[in-house]
Amino acid sequence: MAVRTLTIDNKQVSAEEGTTLLSAARDAGITIPTLCHLEGIYDVGACRMCLVELAGSPKLLPACTTLVAEGMDVRTDSERLRKYRRIILELLFAERNHVCAACVSNGHCELQTMAYTQGMDHVRFEYQWPALHVDLTHARFGMDHNRCILCTRCVRVCWHIEGAGTKNVSGRGTHSRIISDLNQPWGGSETCTACGKCVEACPTGALFRRGATAGEMERDRTRLEFLVNAREKKQWNV
Amino acid sequence: MDLKDLLALKDKELSARKPICIRCCTAAGCLSSRGEAVKERLERAVYDAGLAEQVEVRGVGCLRLCCQGPLVQVDPANIMYEKVTPEEAGAIVDALNGATAKVSRGDPQHPFFTKQHSIVLANSGVVDPNRIESYIAAEGYQALHQVLHEMTPKAVVDELLTSGLRGRGGAGYPTGLKWATVQKAAGAKKYVVCNADEGDPGAFMDRSVLESDPHSVLEGMAIGAYAVGADQGFVYVRAEYPLAIARLQTAISQARKLGVLGSAVFESPFHFNVDLRIGAGAFVCGEETALMASVEGKRGTPRPRPPFPAESGLWNSPTLINNVETFANVPAILRRGGAWFAGIGTERSKGTKVFALAGKIRNTGLIEVPMGTPMRTIVEEMGGGAPEGATIKAVQTGGPSGGCIPAQHLDTPVDYESLTKLGSIMGSGGMIVMDDSTRMVDVARFFMEFCMDESCGKCIPCRTGTVQIHGLLAKVLAGKGTSRDLTQLEELCDFVKNTSLCGLGQTAPNPVLSTLRFFRKEYDELLLDGARPVPSEPVAEKPRAT
Amino acid sequence: MAMLTTTSAGKRRAVTAVLEHASGDKRFRILETHMKRHQHRADALIEILHKAQELFGFLDDGLMLFVAHHLKLPPSRVYGVATFYHFFTLKPKGAHTCVVCMGTACYVKGADRVLRAIEDRAGIKAGETTPDKQLSLVTARCIGACGIAPAVVYDGTVTPRQTPEVALERVKGWCAHGP
Repeated sequence: MAVRTLTIDNKQVSAEEGTTLLSAARDAGITIPTLCHLEGIYDVGACRMCLVELAGSPKLLPACTTLVAEGMDVRTDSERLRKYRRIILELLFAERNHVCAACVSNGHCELQTMAYTQGMDHVRFEYQWPALHVDLTHARFGMDHNRCILCTRCVRVCWHIEGAGTKNVSGRGTHSRIISDLNQPWGGSETCTACGKCVEACPTGALFRRGATAGEMERDRTRLEFLVNAREKKQWNV
Repeated sequence: MDLKDLLALKDKELSARKPICIRCCTAAGCLSSRGEAVKERLERAVYDAGLAEQVEVRGVGCLRLCCQGPLVQVDPANIMYEKVTPEEAGAIVDALNGATAKVSRGDPQHPFFTKQHSIVLANSGVVDPNRIESYIAAEGYQALHQVLHEMTPKAVVDELLTSGLRGRGGAGYPTGLKWATVQKAAGAKKYVVCNADEGDPGAFMDRSVLESDPHSVLEGMAIGAYAVGADQGFVYVRAEYPLAIARLQTAISQARKLGVLGSAVFESPFHFNVDLRIGAGAFVCGEETALMASVEGKRGTPRPRPPFPAESGLWNSPTLINNVETFANVPAILRRGGAWFAGIGTERSKGTKVFALAGKIRNTGLIEVPMGTPMRTIVEEMGGGAPEGATIKAVQTGGPSGGCIPAQHLDTPVDYESLTKLGSIMGSGGMIVMDDSTRMVDVARFFMEFCMDESCGKCIPCRTGTVQIHGLLAKVLAGKGTSRDLTQLEELCDFVKNTSLCGLGQTAPNPVLSTLRFFRKEYDELLLDGARPVPSEPVAEKPRAT
Repeated sequence: MAMLTTTSAGKRRAVTAVLEHASGDKRFRILETHMKRHQHRADALIEILHKAQELFGFLDDGLMLFVAHHLKLPPSRVYGVATFYHFFTLKPKGAHTCVVCMGTACYVKGADRVLRAIEDRAGIKAGETTPDKQLSLVTARCIGACGIAPAVVYDGTVTPRQTPEVALERVKGWCAHGP
């Protein structure tokens, strides 16, 4: 494998060809904020949190889908990027009904943590307050659309790790919703294997184990990563 | 089928021509005003008058002056009739002997017609789009034959590079460079896709080309396929264009039957099949990566580029995507040479551009002019200016991705760079004239509502940013906005423009930014506090020095 | 039916029910032929949904499940696609359809006034169908008839240069029960 050398935040970094900027930066100890990215599944570049600046290019690039190239000069932090990241978070909080105090994921939520770390302490935009429902038809899990940020991690794990294809996005634009099968109650889904991978993948309190109350919903993301690695790198001796 | 057969077909078609030809527009605009009935009545009148041997009634594509449809053109007398009703057919036929028919006549010497320069529309309104022979009589498919038998794929690309043709879908990427990239891309399977998902409201150039001259697009695609080494093509047409779909279907099956599409084209080793894909009402599918997702039968959501379709497109194979007008230029360029084409237009924008002229203007319809033609020529001379009593306030180009060019900039030449400089874009070619009764803040809101409804919802800036921008515009329009809202509006526009995933989101703020730039007074007048907010020039797109 | 053996018992029940229902309806057979012509390829999904809507007027759950089964796609894919594109409708349409073009050219020439007039007369909003299932009122994002703006499509017929008065006259008979 050919090796590429580049500069990230004034730091000399070398990475194998085909590596994304995101993982090259992480290997070098530089953290780039992300929301839709999840180790183990492919990236879609949708949340735009990981946008970085590239010297000589007016365009901002998503670190999760941009591959390293020789001589790149990348900046992952700037006043402008910080401003954009805060706006993204503000827009998410304004889009649906994120009431942290009453949320199962309070204290373990990636959106909440991101808001803290990015210094987003208030929302300047008009709250949309959409009327959304909570699906509690599944025996083990629940889906609260009020908390969903449409990162599609659940859809991707359902299709590409579990292979069930139960979850998908319906509608479009601001009317997009995560659905099960033909937009039927999750409990009635005929394809869901109740494996719970979507619940492990969810960054917020949108997908949760039933019975969890405010602040109780913790997740183990490493299991997904482990599964993929075990499968792709054949780590099981069977 | 070889060259001899092709030329024989051409000669046969030409020798069967009758001395007099009555051309009836049967494009969608005129059909909606009973154009089909006009054609039928003309045919019957010719037959009844016993003139069937001397007179041909030909259904043709767009005759361009849509506002006066249905249009009928009589050759060789060069008489144009406007707003023809089926009842007037008899009078038109009676007048063939030189008498004057009591039917409203148009002026073929009007600048609307004389200032046009036809390359893409050369066959539009001349050939019968339902008959391949009619296209062949107009030198159709000769370029394809020449390419297959006399040129290497590289020579074809070189010819396009010489021509300076740039993509007519909006962004203006050099076509030759794109073709060269696909040609060089490694892959056993390659595709050619024609983007006929003309989604900009106010644009109907591609519809007219497909309805009037579908074979020129197919020939352009076939030449492209030969140049890049593809054997499968798709035309992605929007479902809103049923007539264009029908004519394309006819054209494809006729071309297959004749052996100019399919296997062993012109008895060469070249194979090329074309399939139609019908859209289903999603503007975002005009974006090339979304379009490819749709061709694959998926939700039409875009994905980040790179990789570009030229390297990894349909089913991860190298894919050449061009728009209708781009492909329609190709046969003429190959027939007459890249240098000929490069001699038309401006330094950096070569050839001609088709525009759909609409809105508050006397003459609405289709025009094709050399690049660099001043907008004033188009709007005032050709379009005849605003209707009685009104004055032109602005011209909107580029649809929801473009901007409004104010009347004081009407002398701007129409080319890629000049329009971009004014905060608009060439776009696909919609040109909508607005007069003093149009409120610019309302126009901005109209386009933002469009983008909000058409956002696919994948990336956060476009999905939620457009909703917020729309909300702010509605607030300002309702007279409840403040200067703080205007500042926030500008901040959000800058954000959505710079952070969205695809072209739809990246250009969605343009109508707001351009109306803010040229018509800020109209915004200010609507504000509660009336105070002029701290002026801040938008479009701050400075790359950071590192 | 090979695929049935690999699906869960629940799905088997639903699909079997749809297939049983479908066997008595000629339109399903036409749809099946259409799918065969596309070799049951997944990328033909949008073409198949076009055909299904043409045959049935709208896409209901059973129909989507039928398509999903035959194209070997998860039902969520079919639903996701059907709701992404505005052309597809999951609810029955009225006996008559009236499409008001809201493209830019039509808009600046008063299409919004035409639309409002019809909305008021029919007592419904754009995107809705009258309770008596007589009229569906839809808006379009430019039908490309800008030269003859504002344009309205009445039951598939593009009609040029509409005014509120002309439009009301045209839909008069279709919304007898309006206010």
